[in-house]
Amino acid sequence: MGDLVKVIIDNIEIMVPPGTTILHAARMIGGEVAPPTMCYYSKLEDSGGKCRTCLVEVSKGSEKDPRPMPKLVASCRTGVMDGMEVKNITSERVLKAREGVTEFLLINHPIDCPVCDQAGECYLQDLSYAHGKDKSRFDFQKRVFKKIDLGDKIQLHMTRCIMCYRCVFVADQLTEKREHGVLDRGDASQIATYIEKSLQNDFIGNVIDVCPVGALTDKTYRFKNRVWFTKPVDAHRDCTNPKCCGEVRLWMRGDEVYRVTGRIDEWGEVKDASNGKPGWICNECRFEKKRVSDWVIEGPTNVNRHSVISQGHYVGLQKPQEPLPKVLHGRDPKILLDIHDVSGVNKPNIHLSELKRPAHSTDFEK
Amino acid sequence: MFLNFDFIYDMGVKLLLEKAHVEGIKNYDVYRREGGYRSAEKALKTMSPDTIVEEVKKSGLRGRGGAGFPAGMKWSFIAKPEGVPRHLVCNADESEPGTFKDRYLMEYLPHLLIEGLIVSSFALGSNDTYIYIRGEYAWIVDILEQAITEAKNNGWLGKNILGTGFDCNIHVQRGAGAYICGEETALLESLEGKRGNPRIKPPFPAVKGLWQRPTVVNNVETLCAVVPVINMGGEEYAKIGVGRSTGTKLISACGNINKPGVYEIDMTISVEEFIYSDEYCGGIANGKRLKACIPGGSSVPILPANLLLKTAKGETRYMNYESLADGGFATGSMLGSGGFIVLDEDQCIVRHTLSLTRFYRHESCGQCSPCREGTHWMDRIMRNIEYGKGKMSDIDLLWEVQGNIEGNTICPLGDAAAWPVAAAIRHFRDEFEWHITNPDEAQKRNFGLAHYADPFLNITA
Repeated sequence: MGDLVKVIIDNIEIMVPPGTTILHAARMIGGEVAPPTMCYYSKLEDSGGKCRTCLVEVSKGSEKDPRPMPKLVASCRTGVMDGMEVKNITSERVLKAREGVTEFLLINHPIDCPVCDQAGECYLQDLSYAHGKDKSRFDFQKRVFKKIDLGDKIQLHMTRCIMCYRCVFVADQLTEKREHGVLDRGDASQIATYIEKSLQNDFIGNVIDVCPVGALTDKTYRFKNRVWFTKPVDAHRDCTNPKCCGEVRLWMRGDEVYRVTGRIDEWGEVKDASNGKPGWICNECRFEKKRVSDWVIEGPTNVNRHSVISQGHYVGLQKPQEPLPKVLHGRDPKILLDIHDVSGVNKPNIHLSELKRPAHSTDFEK
Repeated sequence: MFLNFDFIYDMGVKLLLEKAHVEGIKNYDVYRREGGYRSAEKALKTMSPDTIVEEVKKSGLRGRGGAGFPAGMKWSFIAKPEGVPRHLVCNADESEPGTFKDRYLMEYLPHLLIEGLIVSSFALGSNDTYIYIRGEYAWIVDILEQAITEAKNNGWLGKNILGTGFDCNIHVQRGAGAYICGEETALLESLEGKRGNPRIKPPFPAVKGLWQRPTVVNNVETLCAVVPVINMGGEEYAKIGVGRSTGTKLISACGNINKPGVYEIDMTISVEEFIYSDEYCGGIANGKRLKACIPGGSSVPILPANLLLKTAKGETRYMNYESLADGGFATGSMLGSGGFIVLDEDQCIVRHTLSLTRFYRHESCGQCSPCREGTHWMDRIMRNIEYGKGKMSDIDLLWEVQGNIEGNTICPLGDAAAWPVAAAIRHFRDEFEWHITNPDEAQKRNFGLAHYADPFLNITA
């Protein structure tokens, strides 16, 4: 492995193996020192460098050549040198550039979070909370695209796309054949299939997990629940697909499995599985296995307490004392109600999580 | 485009265009009779690849595509791993608005480029050399292929050239009409048959270029200039010009001048002489007065007349890399690719800047966010200002948007889109303000010359 090299990021010193990128060195330190990433994905080769949110200032090139780098550099694609000094959150220039990039990413983004399935686990939301302005300076009509249907599993919302290219890399590196790509140029560039075609290759479902925004979402979960109302649990099954790691995250409400995704780590990337396989999951696990009985539940996912998903407070839960037995002098209540019997909106015979399609208003009429 | 290419006069030193008007120079026989392929003969028979690189280094030849990076140094960076082929790629994707010198070279002197390519390929050890040519130059492909065939038939290309054991073939590849493919790494992607997105550097092409092999990408004019460098020797070549601006440079002059065309200058003449002398541009057309000029192709900062002819220090400005850049971006510009665009008093700077923002918006590849969104945003704001719907705050917003693009993009297209806007606001802010405060009048008449040709007062002292 060779000798470690010394890097100083935001005045914090760390020793890393040569060849490490600035971003990975910063992630080793962790916390706010790690620059935000919208396009870089360590599990996808060649990704990164495009969104420019991870720009950092190199105030000292290396021990040998201490000159600073004149421009801000993309930390995800710049390797460290021995003695390098990097400024991330301690640099005014970086914060200003990051604010600029955030503004650029948002000017054409519809900001339709209230109806977006990604809301609550969207990296653009996080980025705009951290680095966005409170007011838009863009007073033009936002960009629109012709709708493209990618089939019955994956929903494409091109208006939300930030052109990170991750889904293109997924299709290139995980599936048999890439059927979608980037068409056109500049502000007209878009993710599309050219000839309308559904994305069906196995493992293509992973584009949903890598998409940092709500441009690619799970059609089988569409409009069925808000992510913060569902409770993530880690689960696994013996998947027969040799490439599939079989370790997933189930997004449940009560006993219903609403959605299946890969296990995402603190950097928003799929975690390697316990058997050493990369954490990608096959389409069958993702789209077809929506019953609790399909899975072996390992336990609740540990969600960062700053995440909106943890608002359900289901980890480390302190159950309040049940008041009824107390007032009923030790007797349990006699009537227990089923939601389907008493709900004014849910139809008794419809289980939302088992719908193969987006939930629709007709699913709720009494 | 009907440009008059006949204004080539015997002024100053001519190294590239000396024979441009010899009858039949496009053909091998005439070109050879006029002393063509001497440099190839000299290089292959008497010089080693390393000595050729040394000569080019000594000549001080700087890349003629726009950035002005020393060519010899670029060549010396090429990695030479065992068993991996190396490539030379000629960047003929000349798409910078206002620049048409490479087209002239290839159209009139195709063998000069082929000769330069042979010498350079030998120096770099490239057995397969590519000319990536702008798609719109469709007819020039035929001219080049004809020249390549003639060169091959006469033993200058193919196997074992001049018995030296050196093999070289030249392939011509047409682009599909994207400005961005003139950026060297986007060019390589396109040449590989992929979408022309610029690559993230490092690795640089000298290490991992075409098909991940070490590659040098040079502009047409740079490669042509290798011929006189070898013929006369690097030191002699370096004596032409001034300071670090050595040799001769082709300038494509266009706009409101009497004699638009391609001129070869030796970088010692003043900007004023270049515009007004009859040997070159012949003055401003129709007896108008000079308002502004973009001296180096659409990407470089525009200068008002007073800062164009004299630097901020009051010194004469010359047509070379250093003098045009004097004063930095605050009061200077760049020689760039030599696309010299002259604007007279009837031209509207806002209108002109709008056409540039529209161009860069259209040509952005859309890969990185600042350029994709920023060029689009600037275009929308510029459009409002030009058509009388602008607000005073738009000027400051435009300034901020360009500032957020500049330096934050993958490739120089972001800078190229930001600089013209920045310079237009910097030097012509009152014209922008007039457009906003007089929205109706601005639709009917131009702002005019105002004080842009008045002597520049340095009030910083």
